[in-house]
Amino acid sequence: MVWKHKTKVLNQEDMERALKRMSHEIAERNKGIDKVILVGIHRRGVPLAERMADFLEQFEGQRPALGKLDITLYRDDLSLRYPQPLVRGTDVPWDLEGRRIVLVDDVLYTGRTVRAALDALMDIGRPDQVQLAVLVDRGHRELPIHPDYVGKNLPTSSSELVEVSVTPIDECDEVWICERTDS
Amino acid sequence: MVWKHRNLLDVDVLSREDLELLLDQSVHMEDLLNRPIKKVPALRGRMIVNLFFEASTRTRVSFELAEKFLGADVVNWSVSGSSISKGETLRDTAWTLEAMGADAVVVRHPMPGTPWYLKEKLKRASVFNAGDGAHAHPTQALLDVYTAWKHFDRSLDGRKIAIVGDILHSRVVRSDITAFATLGAKVTLSAPGSLMPRGHAHLNATYQADPREAVKDADMVYLLRIQRERQQDGLFPSFEEYHWRYGANEELMRYAKPGALVMHPGPINRGVEIASELADGPDSVILEQVRSGVATRMGLLYLCMGGAEA
Repeated sequence: MVWKHKTKVLNQEDMERALKRMSHEIAERNKGIDKVILVGIHRRGVPLAERMADFLEQFEGQRPALGKLDITLYRDDLSLRYPQPLVRGTDVPWDLEGRRIVLVDDVLYTGRTVRAALDALMDIGRPDQVQLAVLVDRGHRELPIHPDYVGKNLPTSSSELVEVSVTPIDECDEVWICERTDS
Repeated sequence: MVWKHRNLLDVDVLSREDLELLLDQSVHMEDLLNRPIKKVPALRGRMIVNLFFEASTRTRVSFELAEKFLGADVVNWSVSGSSISKGETLRDTAWTLEAMGADAVVVRHPMPGTPWYLKEKLKRASVFNAGDGAHAHPTQALLDVYTAWKHFDRSLDGRKIAIVGDILHSRVVRSDITAFATLGAKVTLSAPGSLMPRGHAHLNATYQADPREAVKDADMVYLLRIQRERQQDGLFPSFEEYHWRYGANEELMRYAKPGALVMHPGPINRGVEIASELADGPDSVILEQVRSGVATRMGLLYLCMGGAEA
């Protein structure tokens, strides 16, 4: 199966703008960031959460708590995947009691990743609230999961693929819609 | 890097890349052990049978914890009171377990080669060797290299490791030499001639009859358990004499590098192969090995059973 780039949806500036806006929304909704912990879901949620933590530090004069969540061991499709995904590690070293978690991921699609993330989070502690921030919401939910902060709503067909590139994991900051070609 | 193994009969099938991947995944498994809720659903719905034909507490409990923390269903099938004591053959036991839906069998048996035989007879289930006779004990080797690797900044290249004790009857040493050598460490063995296998040239290690020579400049000293029966077999005159000549104490450790790690697979015989002062001393990582055992067995089970078959 070959995927071909079809449309560029966000360039570097667009992505920065979207992340800034979402950061403002997070601070607004939570009346500051005292209680907030930004938790990036591996892999690309991690640099996105870091980016938003940088913006929040600029806007609020204080850096929010930041964590990483690995959902590998909680996936519902683990036994169907070969080779199985590798564990990258969870790092959420705070007592979650009384805190508001903002889960951060690159693409919201079926909702299954977020379902796994919620399970993983609840095994670590009992936060007051869990909110969800995604750079792209592409629709096609299979579970009743809804984002609180969205960088870009992107209606797609399920035969398409949304490719998010984020530095430093990738070479640039871009979002593309790709389509399958038979060639 | 793709993990291709569905079983672990001995460590000789693991490449350096395999071992490094397993060590890396085990670090994340150890993180889970620090949490209030240690259980994850990675192997939910998988059934694992612990089939032990020999007394074992720590290995069996360690496997059982690893299996449970990964969310598998666990059955302990022991010899006494089971159909095995009624004369059932190993082959029939294997087929029975598979008919009950076992996805994996962890086996310990006094007869070398049993896990290989079991693997041949099982159509589908994974097999993990938890010790076969004096032959192999691959998961002990994994926990030993993991413990050392963590202490030596995640590299065993060029590290000098001395293993002292009953080499002849040890399944631990055979697997350990292979695993340590694969990761670039240099292993030196020391034992009385009566406890040393004949023709040890094929082992990937050098031999020094004098433990002080073996331990000289070592980064780590590994003591092997001396079983009480060996003295009755006349392989050494007395425990006192064994300890005087081959037992590890602070005096022997003076020949090693300062701060050299002290390891032992347990259970320890205080005052025989290891002095209490050393077993309880600051350089002893014996209890850390126990914890590493759970983490590395979780890493192994996850890699071998976590995903779909190729």
